[in-house]
Order: sequence, then C-alpha cells, then structure tokens
Amino acid sequence: MNRLAALAPPLILIVALLTAWEWACRISHVPPYLLPPPSAVVVALEQNAAIMAVSGWRTLTMALEALIAAMLFGGGLALTVSLSRTLDQAVRPLATALQVTPVVAVAPLVVIWMGVDHPDRAIVVLAAIVAFFPIFSGTARGLASADPDLERLFDLYGATRLQRLIRLRLPAALPFVIEGAKVASGLAIIGAVVAEFVAGSGGAQGLAWRILEAGNRLQTAKMFAAIVALALMAAGVHAVFQSLEQRGLKWWRGR
Amino acid sequence: MTSRALASLAAVEVIYVGRGPALGPFDLGLEAGEIVALVGPSGCGKSTALRLLAGLEAPTRGTVTRAPGRGETSVVFQAPTLAPWLSAMANVALPLHLAGVAGDEARRRAREALARVGLAGSERARPAQLSGGMAMRASLARAMVTEPKLLLLDEPFAALDEITRRALADDVLALWTQTKPAIVFVTHNVEEAVYMASRVVVMSAGPGRTAGETVVDAPVPRPAGFRTTPQFRHAAEAVSDDLAAGMRTAA
Repeated sequence: MNRLAALAPPLILIVALLTAWEWACRISHVPPYLLPPPSAVVVALEQNAAIMAVSGWRTLTMALEALIAAMLFGGGLALTVSLSRTLDQAVRPLATALQVTPVVAVAPLVVIWMGVDHPDRAIVVLAAIVAFFPIFSGTARGLASADPDLERLFDLYGATRLQRLIRLRLPAALPFVIEGAKVASGLAIIGAVVAEFVAGSGGAQGLAWRILEAGNRLQTAKMFAAIVALALMAAGVHAVFQSLEQRGLKWWRGR
Repeated sequence: MTSRALASLAAVEVIYVGRGPALGPFDLGLEAGEIVALVGPSGCGKSTALRLLAGLEAPTRGTVTRAPGRGETSVVFQAPTLAPWLSAMANVALPLHLAGVAGDEARRRAREALARVGLAGSERARPAQLSGGMAMRASLARAMVTEPKLLLLDEPFAALDEITRRALADDVLALWTQTKPAIVFVTHNVEEAVYMASRVVVMSAGPGRTAGETVVDAPVPRPAGFRTTPQFRHAAEAVSDDLAAGMRTAA
C-alpha cells in the first residue's frame, strides 16, 4: 500500500506533462517532424515494437558484456594494486586519466583498432572503458576498508597474506564492489549508446542506431520511440541492480 | 625478570613521527596470572603500552620482553571489532581458523567459548543482531577461545552502560579463574580499575610515565559488596591521588 502511494505523485506528474504536451501539439499545429505528440510516439512504438525490442536487446547485451569485462579487469586490477603501495601509486594516475577522458574522444581510435567491420566489438570495449573506473576504485577502496583493529587482530594471530585476503579484505570489500557494479551498470549503457553513435554505422543494430536512422529520415516520432525504449531499458537495469544491492547488503550484514 | 615473569616493558619510549612523544620512558613488569590495570588520562599512551605488550608495535627506545608465543596473546578492543559478515560463532572461531585448527574442532571450541560468556544460543546471530553488551561478550569469547596466557583489554567497556559494564567486569574475573591468564586492562575509570585489578598502575598525562602504583589485595572474583568495603574505598582514593599528582606534573 505504501509503495503504491509512493508511486502516485510521479505518475500524476508524468500524466500531466504528457497531457500538456499532447494539447500543446494539437493547438499550435507544430509540424510532427519537429515535435510529434505523445500519441504519435505511442503509435510509432507499437509499429516498431519488434525492431525496438531486438535493438534494445542488442544494446543491453553489449552493455552487460562490457560490464562483465569491466568487472573482471577493474576488480582484477584493484586486487593486484592492493598487494603493493608502489603499484597502487603507479596505476592511480593512469586509471584516473582514463576516467576523465571523454569516451567520445577515444571512440574513433577504438573503432579503427577493432576493425571498422566490427562496430559491436568497439562498442563493448568503449562501454567497458566507461564502466571500468567505478568498479576499480570501489574495489580498491573496499579492499582497504577493513576495520584497522580487525587488521591488528590478524597481525596478532600471525595470519598469512592469503588468509588476510580471503578472510578479511575480500569480504570487507563486498559492499563497495556491489555499489561499484551498480554505478558501472548505468555507465555501461551510456557508454554503449555513445559508442554506437560515434561508430556511426548500422553494424551493431542497437538502439542508438535506431535513433540515428530515424533522425536521418526525419521520423521524429520513431526517434522518440527509441528514446523511450532506451529509458525503459536503463530504468529496468537500474532497478535490477538496486534490488541486487539491497539484497546483497542485507545478506552481508545479516539484517 | 623473575621466573614467573610473562612480559615486561623496560624504559620504553614511543615517539610517533609527526605527533611527537606518546609514551615513556615507562616500565612495567607482568607476572603470569596477575591482573594489572593501567589508568591514566586520555592521550597518556595507555593503548600504546598495550600494543607494545601485544607485540603489535615496536618501541622507539627501550626493550619489550614477551614470553607468550604466537597465538598466546589476545586483545579486546574498545569496540567489539567483530566481522559483520560472519556469525557470532564464525567470529569467535576466527583465531582458531587462522591458527589452522580443523573446522569441526574450531566450531566446537567456539561454541564452548560462547557458552562461557553466556551467549549459548546466539551462535548463528550476526554482530548487527547483537546488543552492545552481547557483542562485547562475543569479542571476549573470541579473545578467550585460544586460551591465551596474556589477555590485553583496551577500554573494553567504555561504550557500554554502567549496569552492563559491571556485569562484564564480573564476567571477566569469572573467566580469569578458569585459565588464569595474565590480564592487562586499560581504563580511565578508577572504580573499574580497583574492582578488577590486583595491581593498579597510574600513568601521568602524555607522554605517560608511572605516576604511582596501588596493590589491591582481595580475592578474585570479588566478594559481594566489595565496592562498599573500606579497602575498596582506600584503594580508589590512593589511585585518585596518584592520578591528580600525575596531572600536576604534566601541567
């Protein structure tokens, strides 16, 4: 009941905005290629439902592949770096540089390297670059987050490095890794869309290509339909990771 | 050192880079099975002295002698310091796991240790589900599970309410009668020090030196009503006087 009540205000706002939009279009007679009314967007969504679903699935799988790659590489690097302070100091600036460089700037290079015939590979790599940093920094921070007194206890009992890693640092890092993965999941989708735009070819057939294609043909309603599909997909991914985070933390803390 | 000596600090000084002197020169001899309280104002280096005794830190100058081997020293910190992702039993079994004790054996001993501190039935509870006093008891059980020769307590009851801390003080003394470890107990509470220790060492304001020492010659565990006896009051007053003197020399 409470959850339903919490849903009401945003729903009312959305309906109000859509109604205002619909009426504004009808009264002002804006040409539909400039601003189609919501009803036209709904029609476009219905007519292109199949292709939107396929394209959405393409974008989603590319983003998830990128996320897995980023988790393996970012987590692995954080683990390696946690073994030595010098290594950490050496890697940090490079990792930060990778994070602050806009992905659009690197994209053409990656497209060339992956081969112009394989835009999907370039998209996965680029999305993985964007998703890498929150996972790397989250894991690195988590591995160093154990209670200093617990660390002292491990000193006291003469724990080996492996025991310390497995029994203390890795479990202590878990909440940070989960949070990093949640942030990275959103970034991976953004990365996948931006990369497909830059790749600029229909080879990957993701939602970004649907937007480009419809834009080139001035099918504005279809552009909106693709944006709506993208927003719904991203919201779904966010909701899944949000719930994974909550369950994970509950399991970790035991309540 | 006599034959019963377990650990000693001889003219130790600890100077932290950037923070200056924290302790000493300070001397403390510790015999097997005795209970010593270290009392002093905040920042006098009590906890530093404890870490030296634990072998967790090395002094800048002076000598630390420790008879207990690896795994024969236990520390209880100010906070329970339990791993939130482990059950109470897994937390208590941790020192045994680290020492390579087999799983079944470690679990059995952890269960016994929990029962000794009155936590039978809470084996599967996570630290977040325990009250402050219960979590501290679990921490005590973890310290006792290895049957240490030297038990170091760093203001373990500071965060607890008066009733809980009194109950825990009696629990610690009752546990002591079972395996008779030497206990060093850091506190800034004079009554608690006199109640628990056979010897109260008062430290001056930082960098801490010995400001006085009071022997409390009474049976352990303490008899009922011990806090109202003249002996208790006199000892508490002597410790308070030493504390005041220690503050004056520093000021």
